[in-house]
Amino acid sequence: MNRKLKQPFDVVVIGGGPAGLAAAVRSAECGVGVAIVDDNRALGGQIWREDSERTHTKEAEDWRRRAARAGVTALFGTRVFQTPEPGVLFAESADGFCQLGYKTLVLATGARERFLPFPGWTLPNVMGAGGLQALVKSGLPIRAKRVVVAGSGPLLVAVAAYLRKHGAEMPVICEQASWPSLARFAARLIRVPPKIVQGLELGRQIGGVRFLANSWPLAAHGDHRLESVTISHAGKPEQIRCDYLACGFHLVPNVELASLLGCELQDGCVRVDDSQQTSVAGVLCAGEPTGIGGVELSLVEGEIAGLVAAGRPSEAKTLFRRREQYRNFARLLNRTFALREELRHLSSPETIVCRCEDVSHSCLADQRSWRAAKLHTRCGMGPCQGRVCGPAAQFLFQWTPDSVRPPVFPARIDTLANLAQSFEPANSAVLGGRS
Amino acid sequence: MHTEITITVNGFPVVVPNTATVAVAVALAGQACRNSVTGRPRSALCGMGICYECRVTINAKPHCRSCQILAEPGMDVRTDE
Repeated sequence: MNRKLKQPFDVVVIGGGPAGLAAAVRSAECGVGVAIVDDNRALGGQIWREDSERTHTKEAEDWRRRAARAGVTALFGTRVFQTPEPGVLFAESADGFCQLGYKTLVLATGARERFLPFPGWTLPNVMGAGGLQALVKSGLPIRAKRVVVAGSGPLLVAVAAYLRKHGAEMPVICEQASWPSLARFAARLIRVPPKIVQGLELGRQIGGVRFLANSWPLAAHGDHRLESVTISHAGKPEQIRCDYLACGFHLVPNVELASLLGCELQDGCVRVDDSQQTSVAGVLCAGEPTGIGGVELSLVEGEIAGLVAAGRPSEAKTLFRRREQYRNFARLLNRTFALREELRHLSSPETIVCRCEDVSHSCLADQRSWRAAKLHTRCGMGPCQGRVCGPAAQFLFQWTPDSVRPPVFPARIDTLANLAQSFEPANSAVLGGRS
Repeated sequence: MHTEITITVNGFPVVVPNTATVAVAVALAGQACRNSVTGRPRSALCGMGICYECRVTINAKPHCRSCQILAEPGMDVRTDE
C-alpha cells in the first residue's frame, strides 16, 4: 500500500519518547497541527514503555493524555528512512510507503545502549540491560531466572530494580565506574531533588543485591546460549552461573537522521542553540540526541522545542533556567560513567565486533579508519547500519564515524518502488532532465 | 486482563499472552531467532528495533524484527532464514 499524507503538518516530531511527547504537546496546545512519527506501538519511548499489566508512571500518563486532548496525530510503527528535500519525509510502516510533509521538524530520536564486544557477547541471552527490560515488558517470563547485570550507567540500577520486582534472582550488578566517582555522583544528586527521590527508591528496590564498582564482564560462556559469565572484580576473574546477562555501557545518541538532514554534530551529539534549533533552518532537536541527559532534561528540551516550533519563543525562554539545571546534571552523569581504558581490551582476536556481518576484532585491528573497515571487511554494512558496532569501533579504535546515507534504515523493495512512482520532487524539472 | 493465544514457531505451537511480542514467543520456544552469516545462533540484543538480531520470517515475510511485532493468533514464525 502507498500512503501520501497530502496536507503537510505544521510540526512533525520524530520520536514519541519524553522529548518528542513534550514537544508535540506544547506545539499542539498552541493550536498548530502536529504529528508524531514513531517506530513503536505506543507513545512514551523506551523509558516509558508499558508492560503487559499496563502499569506506567503518572507523569507518562499525563503527557499521553495531553497529547490526545491537544489533537496530536500519532503515526505508530513508522520509520523515517529518507529526507529527500526540505519539508518532505519518506517513511515506511507495516502498510508500506508513507510520505509526510512538514513546515518545522523536531528530531527527538532518543538514544540507544552502547554495546562493547567481549568473548561470548553474541550468545543468545546476552542482551542489553534496557534490551532485556524491554523483552520482559513484552511478556518474557523472568521469575526465578538468574540475571547478571553489568556495564555502566544509571540504567543498570533501574533495570535491576525492575527485574527484581518481577521475581528475577540477581547474583550481582557490575558497574565499571569507580567508587570515588560514584560517590561524587551520589553527593551531587542532592542538588537535583527528583533525582535523589528516584535514587533512594531504586536503592530500596535493589537492597540485598551485591553491587560492585570497578567491575565489568570479561567473557560470556555457553554452547548455544548463555550459561555463565566471568566478571572482573578487584582485578580478579570470577565466574557466575546465570540465565541472562543484561549488559550495556551507558547510552549513545541516535543522530543518524540529524546527520542525514545535514545538522552539525559536536562530540557525537546534535549541536543546538538556546532555542533547540539545529544548524539547519526549520529543524529543531530535543532530548538525548543533543547529549545524554535523562528524562527531565529531555522533557524540558522538548517543551522548549515545541514552543519554538509553534512560534512562541518568549514563552520558551521561561524554561531555560530549568534546562540549565538538568544540563549540569547531564555533564556530571557523563563524567561519572565515562568508560575506562581496560574496556578497550576485552576482545580476543576471534571476538565478533560487527554482529550483522560477523567481522572479528582481528580483521579490524589492521584497518586505518571506519571507512576503510567498511570497504575492506563489511563492518557496519549490515542491516543495523553500524548502529551497534559503530560506537563500539569508535571506542575501541578511535575511529570517527562517516557521513550517513539514505535509506538510514533498511527499507523494503516495494516501499522504494512505490516511492519512485509517487514522489514528485519540487525540483522535478532537474530530475526530469536526467531521465 | 489479557488472553492467551497460540502461534507456531518452526511448526510447533507456542502459547503466549496477546500482549507478547514475537521475540518472546521465539524465546519461549527455546529457539534462537536467526543464524549469523557464519552460522552462529543469535537472538534479540537491543529489544528496541535497532540491532536486527531478532529478525525472523513471519507468515512467509522475511527479515521481520520480532521484538517490534505483537504475536497474533495463528502466526507462522520461522527462525531458519
